[in-house]
Amino acid sequence: MNDIKHHLSDQLLLGYSAGALPEAFNLIVATHLEMCDECRAASHAFDSVGGVLLDDLAKAEMSNDALSRTLDLVANTRQIHKTEVGSEIPNPLAAYVGSSLADIKWRPIGMGVRQVVLKTSKSATARLLYIPAGSVVPDHGHRGTELTLVLKGAFSDETARFAVGDVEMADQNLEHTPMADINEDCICLTATDAPLRFNSWFPRLAQRFLKI
Amino acid sequence: MYKNLERYEEPGASSVLLTYADVRELLRFNQKATPPAVKKTKPLKNWVTQLQQVQQSQDQTAFEELFNYFAPRVKSFLIRSGASTSTAEECAQEVMVAVWNKAHLFDPSRASVSTWIFTIARNKNIDALRKQRRPEPENLTWGPECEPEATDILTLQQETEQLRLAMSTLPDQQKALLQKAYFGDLSHSEIAAETGLPLGTIKSRLRLALNKLRQTMK
Repeated sequence: MNDIKHHLSDQLLLGYSAGALPEAFNLIVATHLEMCDECRAASHAFDSVGGVLLDDLAKAEMSNDALSRTLDLVANTRQIHKTEVGSEIPNPLAAYVGSSLADIKWRPIGMGVRQVVLKTSKSATARLLYIPAGSVVPDHGHRGTELTLVLKGAFSDETARFAVGDVEMADQNLEHTPMADINEDCICLTATDAPLRFNSWFPRLAQRFLKI
Repeated sequence: MYKNLERYEEPGASSVLLTYADVRELLRFNQKATPPAVKKTKPLKNWVTQLQQVQQSQDQTAFEELFNYFAPRVKSFLIRSGASTSTAEECAQEVMVAVWNKAHLFDPSRASVSTWIFTIARNKNIDALRKQRRPEPENLTWGPECEPEATDILTLQQETEQLRLAMSTLPDQQKALLQKAYFGDLSHSEIAAETGLPLGTIKSRLRLALNKLRQTMK
C-alpha cells in the first residue's frame, strides 16, 4: 500500500522494537506494519539496535547440561508451519477478532457508531470502531495517547483526512470530532492508554457503562 | 494530523531518540562533508554461516557454536528484564529451541543473526514473563525460487556493523539509556520522558547508520 500518508512516529517504532508498549499499542503498530512497507523497514532498523545491544551484553553462564537439554527439547517439539489464509483483516488483528468483518459482534455506542473492545492487557485498551458513512464520533479529548488506524473507508477531523493504512496519533492537546467519509462506512482500530474524555454529559455517562 | 504529530514530538514535550527531521538534517550534512573517521574495532563474527548450516542441514556443531555465543547473552537479557536466574535459564533454552525451529524463516538480507535472535528473545520475554500476547506482522518469507541475493546479504550485514560502530561512539549515558529501553523494561511513557535529551546530542552517525538500514530494508 503506497499511498499511506500518516505513519507511525519514531517513538512508537522504538517502543515496539524495545518491547516497551502496552499490548493494545503493539496491536496497532503490528497491524500498521502489515500494511506499510516504509514503517516495516524502519521497525527492522530499530530491531537492529536491539541486536547490537544483545552482542554487547555480558554473558550469564548457562548450566552445564543446558545444550543437551535444549537439543532434547528440539527433538521433542515439532515445527509448526502456519498457513495464512488470505483475509480482509490484517493478520495480527485477525488473531483477536477472527478473519471476517462480517462475524464481528458490534455494540452500539450512540449516534450510529458501533464498537467492539478487544481483549488485551489492562494498561491500554484496543477497540474496533464502526462509523457509518457521514457519521461522527462524539467530540472528545484524551487524557493519554490515542492511536487510530484506518482499516476501511476514511475519516476526517480538525487536523487532516485519514484513509486506509493511515495512523492518527492524538494526545491530550487534541480535541477532535472524527467524521467518516460520506460515501463509505469507516472501520478503525484504536488504542488508548487512558479513557477518552467526552465533551457532553450524555457520552460521559455512557462511557461509564461502555468502557470507552 | 502532522501539526499535531510535530507537537507531540517536540523536545521537552515528549522527545524521541531519532526523528525523520534528524534524518533529513543528516542527509544535508552528508552532502557537505564526509564524517570523521570512526575508531576501528574488529568486526564481530556475524554467525550467518552457522545459522544457514542449521537451516539447510540441521547441523548440530553449528548450532552448538550459536548456542555457546547466544544462550548466555539471552539469559543475561532476561535477567536484566527481571527474570529469576532459573526462569532466565529455562527461557533462554526455549529461545534457542525456537532458533533451531524457526531457522528456515531467517533471512540474512533482512536482519543480522543477533537482531533476529534478539527479536525472538524479546518476544519470549513479553510472552512468558510479562504474560502478554505480542502481535507481530506476518513474516515476509522468500519462496525457494527467490533466495536472497548474496550482495543484499553482504550489504545488510555491513550496515549492521556500521550501526554497531556508530553505537560504540555514543557517550556512556546514552548507551545506558538505550540498554535500559531495550532490556530494562522502560515503559512507553518513560521512553518519552527519559529520552528527553536534546536531540543534537545523539550522535549523527547513529542516525546515519539507522537511516541506511531503513533504506536497505525497503
